[in-house]
Amino acid sequence: MNLVVDRRTRLAKFFDRADIVGLGTMLLLALGIVAVGAGWVDGDAARVVIIALVVVLVGIIAMAVMGNGEVRRKLAPYGLLKPGILWLALFFLAPVWSLFVMSLSAKESRFDFWPDFSWHWDNYRTALTEFRPQFVRSFSYAGIATLLTLIIGFPLAYVIAFRGGRYKTILLGLVVVPFFTSYLIRTLAWQNLLADSGPIVSIIDDLRLTGLFESLNIMDNGKLMNTPAAVIGGLTYNFLPFMVLPIYVSMEKIDVRLLDAAHDLYSTGRRAFRKVVLPLTFPGIFAGTLLTFIPAAGDFINAALLGSPNTTMIGNSIQDQFIRQNNWPVAGAMSLVLMAIITVAVMIYTKFLGTEDLV
Amino acid sequence: MSRFGRGAVKSRRARFGSLALNAYAGLALFYIFLPIFVVVLFSFNKPNGKYNIRWQRFTLDNWANPFAEKALTEALLVSLRIAVASTLIATVLGALMAISLSKYKFRGGTVVDLFLVLPLTSPEVVLGSSLATLFINNDVDFGYPTVIIAHVMFQISFVALTVRARIRGFDWTLEQAAMDLGASPLAAFRKVTLPLIAPGIAAAAMLSFALSIDDFIITYFNAGSLLTFPLQIFGEQQRKIPPQINVLATMILIVSVSLLVVGTLAGNRRRRRLEA
Repeated sequence: MNLVVDRRTRLAKFFDRADIVGLGTMLLLALGIVAVGAGWVDGDAARVVIIALVVVLVGIIAMAVMGNGEVRRKLAPYGLLKPGILWLALFFLAPVWSLFVMSLSAKESRFDFWPDFSWHWDNYRTALTEFRPQFVRSFSYAGIATLLTLIIGFPLAYVIAFRGGRYKTILLGLVVVPFFTSYLIRTLAWQNLLADSGPIVSIIDDLRLTGLFESLNIMDNGKLMNTPAAVIGGLTYNFLPFMVLPIYVSMEKIDVRLLDAAHDLYSTGRRAFRKVVLPLTFPGIFAGTLLTFIPAAGDFINAALLGSPNTTMIGNSIQDQFIRQNNWPVAGAMSLVLMAIITVAVMIYTKFLGTEDLV
Repeated sequence: MSRFGRGAVKSRRARFGSLALNAYAGLALFYIFLPIFVVVLFSFNKPNGKYNIRWQRFTLDNWANPFAEKALTEALLVSLRIAVASTLIATVLGALMAISLSKYKFRGGTVVDLFLVLPLTSPEVVLGSSLATLFINNDVDFGYPTVIIAHVMFQISFVALTVRARIRGFDWTLEQAAMDLGASPLAAFRKVTLPLIAPGIAAAAMLSFALSIDDFIITYFNAGSLLTFPLQIFGEQQRKIPPQINVLATMILIVSVSLLVVGTLAGNRRRRRLEA
C-alpha cells in the first residue's frame, strides 16, 4: 500500500517537471541525431542509438497523451520545436562537426580516394599560407563593399522613411523588386554593363576619365571587367537591399514626435539628425553591416563572373578545392577558418556596437 | 515639411541640401534598376554568335520561343520542383517553431533563438561544404533529396524568424476564449489562430520559395550532377549566354512582382476590413 502511494507521487513529481522533461528530451534527441549523423557512432551502435531515440520519442508522446492539460501545456513548446530543431541538428550542426573531422584528415597516398582522420593540422597551414591572398581579398573586398552599401543605402533608406509619405510602400517595393531576378542573371547583366566596349566604359572614355580611373586603380588598361573594382561593385550591388531594409525598418520605428521635440528645443536639423535619428538607427546599421559583410566575405559568384584569376576570393578557392579537386580536407580547413574569423570579427563588432535585436 | 521647418523660413542652403538628398536617393534607385533594364532590354536582342552581351538589333524571336533552350527550361522545372517541396517542408517546420516561440514562455527559448539565427549568419560556402561533407561521409548520393534537404535547412530559420516577427503581439487568449466556448484545442487552432496568422505564414513561404529558386552556393555543393536553373546558367555562361536566359528572367520578374503587388493589396484590404 505504502509502496504504491510512494510510486504514484514519484510519477506525479515526474509529471510536474514536464518542462524539464520536455527540454531534456529535446536536447537528448538532438544530441543523438548529431551523434549518428556526424559519425560518433556507426554500424550497430548507430542502430542502437536510433532505436533508443525512437523509444524516447514514443515515451514523450505517451507522457503528453497521459498527462493533464498542464503537462501538455508544458510539453507543447518543445513538441512544436522538435521537428525543426532535429532537422537543424542533423543538417546544420552535425555537418559542421563532419567538416571539422574532414579538415583534420588526409589521404594516405595519392591514389587513395577517401581521406582518413589523422590530426592532419597541415591542412590549416595550407589554408592559411597558400590561400592567404584569397582570405585577404575576401575580407577587404567584403569590407569595402559593406562600406559602399552603407554610403548608398543609408541616404536612400532615410529619404524613403522620412520623405516617402504615402509612396513609402511603393518606394520600398522598388528597392526590393530588382532582387527578384536571379542573383546570377543580375550579375551577368553587370557583365554587359561593364564590358570592354560596353556603356559604362564608353561613357568614361567620352568624358576622358580613363586616365584618372586608372590612376585610382579602378580601371586596368582601360578596362573595368576583371578588376577588383568590378568584383567589389558586384558585391555592393547584390547585397545592397540587405543594408537598406534593416536601416529602413529601424528608421520607420522612430517616433516623428521625437524630432518635433528636438526642434521645439531649438535643435538644428543637423543636430537633431545626429542626436536623435542616428542613434536610433544604429540597430539597423548594425544588422545591415552584418547581413552584408558575412555573405559578401563568403561569396564567389561575383569574383567568378566579374573578376579574373587575380581577384579570386576564398569562396572561389573553397569551391574549387572541394568540387573540382576533390580536396575536401583543405576545403574544410578553409571553410572553418573563414567561419572562425567571421565569428571572432562579429563578436568584437558586437561588443563595440552591439544591440540586442539582430533580426 | 512643417515638422522640419517649424514655420521658420528654410534657408536656401537647407533647401538645396534637401533637394540634393532626394536626387541622391533617385540616383541610388536608378543604380538599383540599371541591371534590370539590361536584363529586360537584352531579352529583345538578336545576338551575333553565342554570347548575348553586345546589343545588335531588336527582335521578338526570343519572346516567341522562350523555351527554345531545352536544357535551360528543364533546369527551371527542376528548380520549381525543388522549391515547391522544400518550401512546403520548411514552412510547416518553421511555422511550428515560430508558434512555439511566440506563444509560450519556456526554458531554453533564448538559446533556440540564437540557434535559429546561426544558419543565417554563417557564410553559404561553409553551410554548403559542411552539408556536402556529411553526405559524402554517410555515402548519400547527391540529387533531388540532398538539394531539398539543403534548402529546407536554410529556409527553416528564415520562415521561423519571419513568421515570429509577423505574429509578434498576436493575442493568444483568443484561442483560450474559443476553448472556453467549447472548441477543442485543434478546432480552436484551426478556426481562430490559423486564419489570423496565415497571411504571415504565406508571406514567409513566398519569400523562402524565392530563396530556394535563387540559391546558388549551397546548391552547388549538394546537387551532384543535378542542374537547377542557377547552376545551369553558371555552367553555360562560359560557353554561351542565350537570350532565353533574359526572357525567362523577365518572366520570373513579372510573376514575382505581380505576386508581390497582389499580396500587398490583399493584405491592405484585409487590414482595412479588420479595422472596420
